[in-house]
Amino acid sequence: MRFAFTDDQLAFREAVADLFAKRCTPDHVRAWWGDPQATVGESAVWHALAEMGVIGCTAPGAVGGLGFSLLDLEPLLEEAGRAALPEPLVDTTAVALHALGGPTPRDRGIVGGWLDQIVAGELAVAVVGDRRLPVPGGETAGLLLALDGDRVVAIPGDAMAATPQPSVDGTRHLATVTWDSDAEVDLAVADDGRRLAAELRDRGAVATAAVLLGLGDTMLAMTVAYVTERRQFGVPVGSFQAVKHHLADALLRLELAKPVVRHAAAVLSGVPTDEGAGLAVEQTVAASMAKAAASDAAALVARQALQCHGAIGYTVEHDLHLFMKRSWALAESWGGAAWHRERIARQLLD
Amino acid sequence: MELRWSDDESAFREACRTWLAEHVPTTPLPSGDTAEGFAAHLEWERLLFDARWSVVSWPEEFGGRGASLWEWLIFEEEYYRAGAPQRVTQNGIFLLAPTIFEFGTPEQQARFLPRMAAAQDLWCQGWSEPDAGSDLAGIKSRAVRDDAGGGWRVTGQKTWTTRGAFCTHLFGLFRSDPVAERHRGLSYFMVPLDADGVTVRGFGRLDGDEGFAEVFFDDVFVSDDLVLGEVDQGWGVAMATTSSERGLTLRSPGRFTAAAARLVDLYRRTILDAAERGDWVDPGLRQQVVQAWIDAEAYRLYTLADVTDVVEGRSPGARSSLNKLWWSELDVRLHEAALGLLGPLAELEEGAPDAVDRGAWMKGFQFALSGPIYAGTNEIQRSIVAERVLGLPRK
Repeated sequence: MRFAFTDDQLAFREAVADLFAKRCTPDHVRAWWGDPQATVGESAVWHALAEMGVIGCTAPGAVGGLGFSLLDLEPLLEEAGRAALPEPLVDTTAVALHALGGPTPRDRGIVGGWLDQIVAGELAVAVVGDRRLPVPGGETAGLLLALDGDRVVAIPGDAMAATPQPSVDGTRHLATVTWDSDAEVDLAVADDGRRLAAELRDRGAVATAAVLLGLGDTMLAMTVAYVTERRQFGVPVGSFQAVKHHLADALLRLELAKPVVRHAAAVLSGVPTDEGAGLAVEQTVAASMAKAAASDAAALVARQALQCHGAIGYTVEHDLHLFMKRSWALAESWGGAAWHRERIARQLLD
Repeated sequence: MELRWSDDESAFREACRTWLAEHVPTTPLPSGDTAEGFAAHLEWERLLFDARWSVVSWPEEFGGRGASLWEWLIFEEEYYRAGAPQRVTQNGIFLLAPTIFEFGTPEQQARFLPRMAAAQDLWCQGWSEPDAGSDLAGIKSRAVRDDAGGGWRVTGQKTWTTRGAFCTHLFGLFRSDPVAERHRGLSYFMVPLDADGVTVRGFGRLDGDEGFAEVFFDDVFVSDDLVLGEVDQGWGVAMATTSSERGLTLRSPGRFTAAAARLVDLYRRTILDAAERGDWVDPGLRQQVVQAWIDAEAYRLYTLADVTDVVEGRSPGARSSLNKLWWSELDVRLHEAALGLLGPLAELEEGAPDAVDRGAWMKGFQFALSGPIYAGTNEIQRSIVAERVLGLPRK
């Protein structure tokens, strides 16, 4: 038993954190927010990530990836959350590459071309988990991946039409997309399709949960810094017990959500578990626990962060809202907390 | 990330499970916080000791199995999964013993640990006083030097002493330097409760059991060999004990994952029962039950990370206050969900013919409510977390 990241995983995490600290600044987030036509192909941050191997890390080595598992990727997603990275790392690296490139690389040909472009950081991917819902990055996607009940299909960007749907988080670039069904390329159908679609949804949920943890870390850190500096009644507001207890509550939820998300990433990565330890919960339950815990944790941190910032947090000039609004959007993306609890209930209670 | 137990650990689990399956009483014992129930629990404790299950993590010379921290977690999981009795010896075994291992002389270790493991000496805590609860450093009970006798004369009053009326010994803090203030000048004493000048008065807790006691000391002689650690350095010694209490040694995850599994079982029974009667249950309870189950799982996973850190030499420090906050509040939420499921039957106590599960849920609920109060209230814990983990200013 060893419930911790390896030294290699931690070292990679640190390298990615350094890159974000230099390049994924709040100015970058604001720029992406202000430009609905922004695409990964023109993003310096995305290219730097691609160069480092992050974008293609989940693809097999044969197509230029690193063969990373979701567990290897998880700490990097937490860092993406910490920096509020606006580019679609979850959709691209956690979900789409898994469908296109792994676990068994598809035939080369058209899919091979897409893989090369994604790994190089040139192709923007958007994932449609539910046709009825708006899709993040839908308007500018060069490639669409749609998860239907028992089919996973890819659609070239030039075969689709998009209607923008503004989000509370301006970086989401949501749009409802429609496409010509003749353009669909089957990646998996029937039982394979059902299995792959379910797996991709779980990966989307767990990867998003990891991002939420990172958003929570930053909102809490920003708040601690603010209440330490901000003085009222002649003392730092962080010395007041009411403020301390709000932030202790936030930390508690966040810290207890972390192992749940990391565990789910491990389970989805096929890390062998032990029936005797009760660890062999099914992947769906592990994924739903992770998303429920992370959604609730990030929502609580956001709430307490705003309250403890006071009026300054209630502005768009302060950076807090960039993180807070992302957390609101992601808390419900790939299923919200109550939705995932019901999903567990159907396994556990019925 | 390595999520499997080794072959040795799995074998250890199997041995625990087998022994427990053969020995756990099929009818639950009466509450260990009553005189009758305490006696029944002592028999159980001695059965555990004879089979070397009472203190698995201690060295063999003191009655244990030299089990690793991982094996201890496994034992706890199996213990609660089997529905085995509450540990009436826990305050000695889980709170005093780690302190004796850390601060005790070899003589003290040899004298107290084996008798504690065998449930011969029964230890209660002596921290709180009528005017010093959360503010533990405000204690007034004093110890005055008795050079002629080679020891100390102890006078004062301790209270909220769990199972004090049934125990044989008390450990706690007394003010040994009358001039020093607050955390300074305190010493950690281990006092036999049959000494001259000790009076113990038991009284009823919230749930009606005589689980509490107040202990009066009137010029009680305590010899030098009953001081744990250095004289006047008792605060540091006591803090070592409270961190085990807040951390995982007092409340391992197995306790809560087992309770969550029983809650799931209760939910299933309740739904079936309601359907038969053409009735329904509050649909919100479904979410609450799952939330309690997730919270227990989260604590289990958090503990796996925690133990990994300890094993690899990374100390959790003040983060142990997070554990205490989590398990104590999860326990309350879990029992609230159960009472909601029971509906009008929730109020029935043991002995009521219609009581579900012998009234264990209401009993458990009342016990759970003590969690956010004992071992340092959760308000104190939140302040500790804010100041020592988040680094917020104290003043």
